[in-house]
Amino acid sequence: MPANAFNNFNDYGIGIGLRVPHYRHILEKKPVVDWFEIISENFMVDGGRPLQVLDQILEQYRVVQHGVAMYLGSADRLSRDHLKKVKRLVKRTNTPWLSDHLCWGSVDGRYTHDLLPMPYTFAAAKTTAANIREASDYLEVPICVENVSSYAEFHASEMTEWEFLSEVVERANCGILLDVNNIYVSSQNHNFDPYDYLNNVPHYRVGQIHIAGHSKFEKYILDTHDHPVLDPVWKLYAHAIKLVGRTATLLEWDDRIPTFAEVHREALKANQFVEDQFQTAAA
Amino acid sequence: MASAVFRPLTARDRMQPRWSDGRSARTVANEFIKPNDRLSSFERLEIYNRVYWFRVLDCLYDDYPGLRAIVGEKKFLRLATAYLAKYPSVSFTLRNLGQRLEQFLREEPSWTAPNEILALDMARFEWAQVIAFDNAERPRLTMDEISDTPPGRLRIGLQPYLSLLELNYAVDRFLLAIKKREADTLRDEASNTFESMPHLQRRKRPVRRPKQEQVRLVVHRHDNLLYYKRLEPEAFAILRGLQQGKSVEKACAAALANSKRRDVDWVSQIQEWFHDWSALGWFCSRAR
Repeated sequence: MPANAFNNFNDYGIGIGLRVPHYRHILEKKPVVDWFEIISENFMVDGGRPLQVLDQILEQYRVVQHGVAMYLGSADRLSRDHLKKVKRLVKRTNTPWLSDHLCWGSVDGRYTHDLLPMPYTFAAAKTTAANIREASDYLEVPICVENVSSYAEFHASEMTEWEFLSEVVERANCGILLDVNNIYVSSQNHNFDPYDYLNNVPHYRVGQIHIAGHSKFEKYILDTHDHPVLDPVWKLYAHAIKLVGRTATLLEWDDRIPTFAEVHREALKANQFVEDQFQTAAA
Repeated sequence: MASAVFRPLTARDRMQPRWSDGRSARTVANEFIKPNDRLSSFERLEIYNRVYWFRVLDCLYDDYPGLRAIVGEKKFLRLATAYLAKYPSVSFTLRNLGQRLEQFLREEPSWTAPNEILALDMARFEWAQVIAFDNAERPRLTMDEISDTPPGRLRIGLQPYLSLLELNYAVDRFLLAIKKREADTLRDEASNTFESMPHLQRRKRPVRRPKQEQVRLVVHRHDNLLYYKRLEPEAFAILRGLQQGKSVEKACAAALANSKRRDVDWVSQIQEWFHDWSALGWFCSRAR
């Protein structure tokens, strides 16, 4: 039974990101994995090996699309050409939902290839929600928006990040991809309590959770996805599961990628927190 | 914020102290970015500026090992910075970051002096490999389908992933040597700390520059693996003619008109070429 209205796929369990260094292992060994998350843009190509690998993965595994370049928070209209490419991929993968970020990243047709933070204003929330509705209508698939990690805050902001996220998803009537590592990173960079964030987003909209590792520098934390998940993030994850119930969870590991077995082992640690919560609730 | 992100870094990889209009960047950053107890507004904005440049330069660094070897590591980073400042990414994917590099090198050859032509050849060759990797494959034409139409009326398309390159240097062999050297270096360094900053990497043993020679190359893929194949001048000219929309008859006639070779059975030779090219899947119907 779904934990919430936007979480119809809580049987998805623990997934990992599909990454190039693991292709051969996955295709040859066919390890048991609940599901793979793909970066949509890596497969929005016209041919060649990326699509060949994807088709082979789709024969064996459930795949969920995660985008990095729809730029839902952009003041510009969404690129119809980009949406067409996403939709073509949606038809190929049959992704049950797709996610992208609550951010902007392009201006006047120039791309930063980054997930840039937004000023948390009501006007920005309105624009972003309209973009999400347009994308969802066009793509005909539920959308979850992901909170990004950030290193800067704007004077123009009128609310907290979690209030902004809530405002956007309520206006757009969409789901949330709750990245607990990003919440932790931003909480350290902006001096807020990450539990305030977790406690105050609409839990019934959380359709997926991301976990990842980060890097600590002298004056800030960077969301590098190149380490195992750190303890404070696991604690936040445990709290998130308590609030939102059993939810599809994915480990992101994008740099200095170790063996498939190591990444998978790290991801499966999440099961312990899910089961702990499940048993506590049953008792 | 976007203008801050796109502005090139200083020589020390920091954000420029002056805004594009000459004002102090610290003053401008203070106007829209909040400071915190550890970082000023300028420093917080600088994180995004640096991450942008490290990301795009890393991408070009990986995509152009041959060009990098020709101009040298430091000069390559300056060239890449100038290129991206003039032609920032206009695509959602980093895959297309080098799509206007050839144009840039033609417009501003001073970045590759004194190896302008060699560098241009290499940039074209390396971009052709990006295209070969994941451009579309259209339904193939078989020899039977080709044989059904008289050569005078037959127009054949070439696969979108295929590039025909007429080069002045043997950059194909040079790049193979460069890649071998990079693989050897990686093995040597496997136990050492990995540095993600390109300019911090170790000095590598030099590879001899390619000699000047006319090379006609097809860059393509087969079974989703990348290949490059040298062609004889007449074979290259036929394919170029087909790509330009000439009929098979006219493409062959034009190619042979310029040939100096007289001791060749051209009918058999052309049949053999077409058979090979068809087997490699290079032929498709022409795009409308």
